[in-house]
Amino acid sequence: MEREGEQEIEAAQHAERNGATDIAFTPPAELVPVPFTGNQNGRPEASPARFDSPRRSDVDRWGRSEKTRSIVRSIYEPLYKHWFRVEWEGFENLPKEGGALLVANHAGAIPSDAPAIMHGIERDLGRPVYGLAEYLFRRMPVVGTMWSRVGGVAANPDNAYRLLKDDKELVLVFPEGAKGTGKLYKDRYQLARFGRGGFVEIAMRAGVPIIPIAVVGAEESMPIIWKNKPLARLTGIPYFPITANMLALGPLLGAVGYFPSKFKIRVLPPIYFSDEPDEERYSRSRVMDATESVRTEIQDALYDMLRTRKSVWFG
Amino acid sequence: MRVLVTGLSTFWGGRLAQTLEAREDVEVIVGLDTKEPRVPLERTEFVRADSSYSILQRIVKATQVDTILHTHLIVDSTRVSGRTLHEINVIGTMNLLAAAGMPGSPVRKVIVKSSGLIYGASSHDPYFFREDAHRLVSPRTNVERSLVEVESFLRDFASDNPHISVNLLRFANVLGDHLDSPFSQALRLAVVPEILGFDPRLQFVHEADVVGALMYATGHDVPGVFNVAGDGNIPWSEVCKIVGKRRIPLPPILTNFAAEPLRMLGIVNLPPEMLDLLRFGRGLDNRRYKKAGFRYRYSTAGTIEAFAQGIRLKRTVGTNSPAYRYEREVEDFFRHSPAVARRE
Repeated sequence: MEREGEQEIEAAQHAERNGATDIAFTPPAELVPVPFTGNQNGRPEASPARFDSPRRSDVDRWGRSEKTRSIVRSIYEPLYKHWFRVEWEGFENLPKEGGALLVANHAGAIPSDAPAIMHGIERDLGRPVYGLAEYLFRRMPVVGTMWSRVGGVAANPDNAYRLLKDDKELVLVFPEGAKGTGKLYKDRYQLARFGRGGFVEIAMRAGVPIIPIAVVGAEESMPIIWKNKPLARLTGIPYFPITANMLALGPLLGAVGYFPSKFKIRVLPPIYFSDEPDEERYSRSRVMDATESVRTEIQDALYDMLRTRKSVWFG
Repeated sequence: MRVLVTGLSTFWGGRLAQTLEAREDVEVIVGLDTKEPRVPLERTEFVRADSSYSILQRIVKATQVDTILHTHLIVDSTRVSGRTLHEINVIGTMNLLAAAGMPGSPVRKVIVKSSGLIYGASSHDPYFFREDAHRLVSPRTNVERSLVEVESFLRDFASDNPHISVNLLRFANVLGDHLDSPFSQALRLAVVPEILGFDPRLQFVHEADVVGALMYATGHDVPGVFNVAGDGNIPWSEVCKIVGKRRIPLPPILTNFAAEPLRMLGIVNLPPEMLDLLRFGRGLDNRRYKKAGFRYRYSTAGTIEAFAQGIRLKRTVGTNSPAYRYEREVEDFFRHSPAVARRE
């Protein structure tokens, strides 16, 4: 880990300066009991026992609440089953335990792929999925809080690393970001650039596999026909879409109503990296190569799935 | 061990001096402040002095202190004006470090009580700051700016004085029965402010653990920068629930503007850095200090529960403990008069 490395160097330098032989951050062999605070009258407080307390809510340290999540799941289930009729392929490629970074293509003006993937995995694998997304969500009142409670986490490298390495969770990321969801209907299923490969670097650092996921159907659930730049600038969101849904269903219902396109999700075999975890630095070309190969795998899978798709609505 | 405590009349300075007095390996405790101590002390020598360099240099030389506990950093911006804040935090620390690093200085250890405020609170933050994290948004408030300056002095000081062990502790928001802070004030109100639509996760550290952490650094050789925060984090709504309070929402836009009447009426101090926290929250990665051997007594949940119990107790029995008043002559008599029988 780059930073970890720096710390150690710093520590070592400090130890050198002090003429110490061991590293400064190793705990002392014997812990001398430290007298804890006196109260206002200078008398030491009685019990040195650890003071913890049961929680009143089930919000975890990432902001996810299983209770909220299960309510949302029961609301979403009919949509998942009867509207999008989600079908999985290669579900066995998802690990039952241990951290893994799920990487998928992203589509739909308001992306419909993230809920479908998270719902399916949580329901059938019984593991929570944390979805990395734009910082933008954190600034939005109500929406941001809800998003956090259902498993959304700001896409900060430190967050991803800790989720994968320390908490050993499943983390879902869409490297295309807003470039994926903001693309026009004519560009459907053409993957945008996969960022700068940050997601590959995190997987390498955390020593977890990447599991590529190809989603077919989300593109047609809310296709963007036209984007309005001035309105996007005015509202401060990445793009302001005019969708086919708005034309068909009116501006209000169309803003939230998805078309019932048939969803097919293919989970590809995990990609393991031979690189040592927690390196100080990973070669740029190595990272970019791996990024490109993940992107190609998903793109190829998409083409393959589209070749056999007979109807947008019936699969 | 000969210890100099800065800010003796502040809550933390008084607490630390009391704790140090209980330790037998601490021979001398010198307390520095511009105001008189507010807690009874047995053997701490109080020096009323401003923090000008020449006085500090003389004090350090005369008392031959080997450890400096620098607790006099103001992190609650509602307490003093921006100018005084700058004087105390920036100029005070600068002079203190200059005195500690003068040629022939006896000082071998400097411990500084800083704050997690240094990381700020914004939407781009990691959920848990590590000690080496750099803040992405430049500091906007006086108190944050002054802490950034103080820490940069400290970095320079550590590299200029390799023989001095420098320990910098950054504390999460503190709660406890005795400490008065914007958070404890807010939680003691009948209704507690929140920002509409935001429910940030916060971390707290108990006042006993703050003293414990500073004492741990005093008794052990643990140079470096460390976060100090109770385990776990808790949404603001749940914090209010544990304390048993209803919440009143402030508007999510123009929040600072809306908080102004509350401040003016003196109902609650809502400094801008607290409003940021009520929007985005902040987490500190507390693992490094644990790895260095420090053991917490309170988790974040435990801290809040203990605080809630303190409020409930106070509601019943009130706060009529007799106030202590410092009398120079009395203190001098007990410490130095030949009439006082001393053991040994």
